[in-house]
Amino acid sequence: MEFPTNLQYSQSHEWVMEEDGIMIVGISDFAQHELGDVVFVNLPEVGDEVTAGEPFGDVESVKAVSDLVSPVTGVVCAVNEELLDSPELLNEAPYESWIIKVENVEAMEELLSAAAYADYCETEA
Amino acid sequence: MKLIFERSKPGHALTILPPLDVERTALPAALLRESAPMLPELSETELSRHYTELNKQVYGVNDGFYPLGSCTMKYNPRVDEEMAALPGFTGIHPLAPKTATEGCRKVLELAASLLEEISGMDAMTFEPAAGAHGEFTGVLLIKQYHDARGDSARRKIIVPDSAHGTNPATAAMCGYEVINIASGEDGCVDLESLKAALGPDTAGLMLTNPNTVGLFDPNILEITRLVHEAGGLCYYDGANLNAIMGHVRPGDMGFDCVHMNLHKTFATPHGGGGPGAGAVGCKVFLAPYLPKSAMLDEPGHCQVRSFAGNFLVVVRALTYILTLGREGIPQASETAVLNANYLMKGLREIFTPAFDRLCMHEFVLDLSDYKKETGVSALDVAKGLIDFGIHPPTMYFPLIVHEALMLEPTETESRETLDEVAEIFRKVAELGREDPEYLHTAPHKAPIGRPDEVAAARSPILRA
Repeated sequence: MEFPTNLQYSQSHEWVMEEDGIMIVGISDFAQHELGDVVFVNLPEVGDEVTAGEPFGDVESVKAVSDLVSPVTGVVCAVNEELLDSPELLNEAPYESWIIKVENVEAMEELLSAAAYADYCETEA
Repeated sequence: MKLIFERSKPGHALTILPPLDVERTALPAALLRESAPMLPELSETELSRHYTELNKQVYGVNDGFYPLGSCTMKYNPRVDEEMAALPGFTGIHPLAPKTATEGCRKVLELAASLLEEISGMDAMTFEPAAGAHGEFTGVLLIKQYHDARGDSARRKIIVPDSAHGTNPATAAMCGYEVINIASGEDGCVDLESLKAALGPDTAGLMLTNPNTVGLFDPNILEITRLVHEAGGLCYYDGANLNAIMGHVRPGDMGFDCVHMNLHKTFATPHGGGGPGAGAVGCKVFLAPYLPKSAMLDEPGHCQVRSFAGNFLVVVRALTYILTLGREGIPQASETAVLNANYLMKGLREIFTPAFDRLCMHEFVLDLSDYKKETGVSALDVAKGLIDFGIHPPTMYFPLIVHEALMLEPTETESRETLDEVAEIFRKVAELGREDPEYLHTAPHKAPIGRPDEVAAARSPILRA
């Protein structure tokens, strides 16, 4: 299982990458593995406010529907609409398939480094 | 096999109507549809063969073991069907004059009083069409109670993470914010998490007891006390009532309202989409908010479904209760619990129980270790069981257990059957070690093989 070191991770299994003050959010390899085949993604709209620790959408796999939890508080400035037609991208390339981009970031959850997150996943599995 | 529409041939018909012997009258043009309805045209022979063929492909509790956890797939006694088929019940119209519906009303009254006794409630409605509808009705009672007192700050319903998915869905549909609380290590409600979630904004708690891992929560009195202390009400999800009938009552546990799945606990054939009945009982202070049926001729109709709901399911439930009686009802629950424990003991050397202690009417196996060892998942095992002639257990529920298989054998299985079932599980587990590929592609002997669930969900073909 891969945990790229240039990303930070939340305990609810989202990854975050900062790019010029904008936070890019996706789900981790561990998350897609635990979910199984993702068949549907429910996304927010550009302009929606998201809150750290609160759901901003959900992913549906063959097993269950799970909340996507925002690691940051801010305003959604981009949504990866490709996922609507091709939710399998979350399984195939979880770190290339970002879900939302957030601007005007006011607050963030306490995030884990790749190494700390890998340890955390070890205890979860 | 062919769909009924694929069997249709123009001109084939059922000749069950006698020749027309009155003057033909045209319907008003405004009431006519513009095109003919899409109805299949078949002769009676063709229709009979179609349904017989369908029947041969179906697996039900009358075919064999059906341990679908949380669904209570018990055998339904024939006498319940016979009573529900009486012409006096099937031929009645809900708007018939009161003098003609006396017997039906007596059924509702008697069933209500017996179910109130079993649940420890004071009043009851039979309108809700099934369990989730009952939940919805029950939570609306809670909402109405708070609203009537002007207590509009109560916006949150607390639901444990082991709950049936219908609980948070119900709370959300009633306009509440859902607060999920994590279960403790023991699979029961974690009192500290509950305390932290309670506050002046708490409208209520929704709880199943025994819970979805088949454990009776030993802190139940403390749980309901805490919720009441915070000003909230307690809703009992009756999905697992089959474990406790005649032994302990939701009303005595401190719950304020409850739904009972009459079709599950009180023996109506179910699993094919209904009809069911989600009878809702409540304590006397909630009774003014119960729906009122037009049939009962009460002023101020406020209905969640037409008339008295699925009346014939109530007839079956009443027959079931009267047949088993005061000794039989508690005995049914005892046997359901005994069977679950017997089967868990028979299976614990094969797969790991998620909570290895005395269970109630159902239990959950955790196949995580088995999957790590063999690569064979709970899904593969479930599909493999089909080839051995039994229905799979519930899979991947509750969500707090990974690789979950949830078994509810019910009271209507014999010890011999349970021994045979344990042997089948052993064979499937061994098969997974010897030939995992066989289980990855199971079932091999059913009318259809492994459906591609992912393709079906990602690119469904909704109309040919």
